[in-house]
Amino acid sequence: MSTPTASSKPALRVGAASFRLRPRPMTVVAGGLVALAAVLVLDIMIGDFPLTAGQVVDTLLGGGSRRDEFVVFELRMPRALTGLLVGGALGLSGAIFQAIVRNPLASPDILGVTWGAGAGAVTVITFGGSLGVVTGTAASVGLPLAGLAGGLVAGLLVYALAWRRGIEGFRMVLVGIGITAVAGNFTHYLLTVGDVLDAGRAMVWITGSLNGRGWEHVVPVALALLVLIPVALVGGHVLGALQFDDQTSRGLGVRVNRSRSFLIVVAIVLASVATAAAGPIAFVALATPQIALRLAGTAQPPLFGSVVVGGVLVMLSDLVARTIYRTELPVGVVTAVLGAPYLMYLLVRSRREARV
Amino acid sequence: MSVRLEASSLSVGYGERLVVDSLDLSIIGGSVTAVIGPNGCGKSTLLKALGRLLPARSGAVLLDGKSIDRMPTREVARVLGMLPQSPVAPEGLTVADLVARGRHPHQAWYRQWSSDDAAAVDAALEMTGISDLADRTVDELSGGQRQRAWISMALAQGTDLLLLDEPTTYLDLAHQIDVLDLVQELHVSGGRTIVMVLHDLNLAARYADHVVAMREGRVVAAGAPSEVLTEGMLLDVFGLDARVVVDPVAGTPLVVPVGSRHRGVSGAVAPGTSAI
Repeated sequence: MSTPTASSKPALRVGAASFRLRPRPMTVVAGGLVALAAVLVLDIMIGDFPLTAGQVVDTLLGGGSRRDEFVVFELRMPRALTGLLVGGALGLSGAIFQAIVRNPLASPDILGVTWGAGAGAVTVITFGGSLGVVTGTAASVGLPLAGLAGGLVAGLLVYALAWRRGIEGFRMVLVGIGITAVAGNFTHYLLTVGDVLDAGRAMVWITGSLNGRGWEHVVPVALALLVLIPVALVGGHVLGALQFDDQTSRGLGVRVNRSRSFLIVVAIVLASVATAAAGPIAFVALATPQIALRLAGTAQPPLFGSVVVGGVLVMLSDLVARTIYRTELPVGVVTAVLGAPYLMYLLVRSRREARV
Repeated sequence: MSVRLEASSLSVGYGERLVVDSLDLSIIGGSVTAVIGPNGCGKSTLLKALGRLLPARSGAVLLDGKSIDRMPTREVARVLGMLPQSPVAPEGLTVADLVARGRHPHQAWYRQWSSDDAAAVDAALEMTGISDLADRTVDELSGGQRQRAWISMALAQGTDLLLLDEPTTYLDLAHQIDVLDLVQELHVSGGRTIVMVLHDLNLAARYADHVVAMREGRVVAAGAPSEVLTEGMLLDVFGLDARVVVDPVAGTPLVVPVGSRHRGVSGAVAPGTSAI
């Protein structure tokens, strides 16, 4: 066979920089961005004061009536954007976890990170609420920080407990299920001892809701994504060599433990910030990377692809959640209904790996 | 001929247990070395320590005279390629992508696919004869093809020093020969230095020009196959009663185990062969 297989693959080379151009994953990202824009407009159109697509686009470009401006910028846009960004962050976080652990079950929801973040946030809601400050600084600063802290503690605990001279995917998943149970029970304990009103609010939050999300929720997630997407993409190169067993990866010149710890911390921060903004929206981080992987036809979850697919998934789910019934449902209910069968499918399907 | 890789009073262990015990070994540039020994004698552990996959408890591994522990991981990976015993790849990875990962030590996040990378991957695929399998996924390959794909990845790494941990495991005899012929070709045409762990003593005798016999973490004998593979060594290292005759094809030592059923008639040597 003399056909040059690798040399004929498209590449972008400028000076010392060079990148592989993979048509199918790139198409997924491009298509995903178009879908994101379309769903964003659709999400802003639908509601108690319906707008036409023309009105939405007009308003977004600076035109539109006062009323339209209010509906778009104050009511619907922050909520839609929070959904988009939270979905993107969860998708990216799940993609990193699944690539590193080489297991489609490894995602921040299964590994206890989202529940850890949830426990942190509910602590602030119940205790902050009884002090009467939950709507003020505690809500905008305390809640995301508590979520971040809770997620980091849970994630690092899983990593430390699963550590036996390296990381095995199944062990991490098992330890994660344990941590999820602990964090979940702690949250339920807080709900039991907390004030009834706070507990009710916390309950909606635990389900994962985008109701009443404003710009103060958009900003932290946007900042986290702005910083961490480039970081993840630079680290993503190492991710390609980390997809093997530890020894093979090390043989390829990867400082396995250092690189993996760094990427896991990035994934934990992404999931925690997203959870702090919208609550632990179920199954998004689990399903998104696998959907993106199947669309892109790659062996590893594509990072960019997972960001856009996650954004589309959460925005669409929220659109369904707030229109399907007379009263609004939390978005987490919709993603859970969609995600639960998928989780069962993953559990039933035997996991295969290419071994020699 | 210079020493490429050297273990000097090297000890390696897991937890409390010392698996390699103050071992000395020199790998000469351009040689093919086979490490043999009974199960659990520490041959795989030795290979991992030589490839810096395991840290030395005491002593040192020297790569081209420099302590391998003090070299940056990436720099080691540009000189020394290592194929573990049962490497794992994610489901759905194509052969071309697997081999392309071998280029990792030569890449950076902004330099992910240079023309050198593409050329090295093409050359590695061609050398192992799997160019036409490039777009297949690794999991759908047969055992022999898969082993070629992994060797191809190690080749794309572009190192002239290769450590192979039982490259013939799980392969039938025809495919074992196939893989070892490939290893020999890499040695002869590419001048690569190769160290491999092998279970089959007769294949070790055939394909290596240097055999290292290990027992309980130490080197018991080292040298040319005919010097190392003797009846005395087999009894000493493996506790195996065997006759050693001359391989009628290659002229190298051929180990014929006696076994309990034939004990007593073990003096019989087929006409035309002679005991070493």
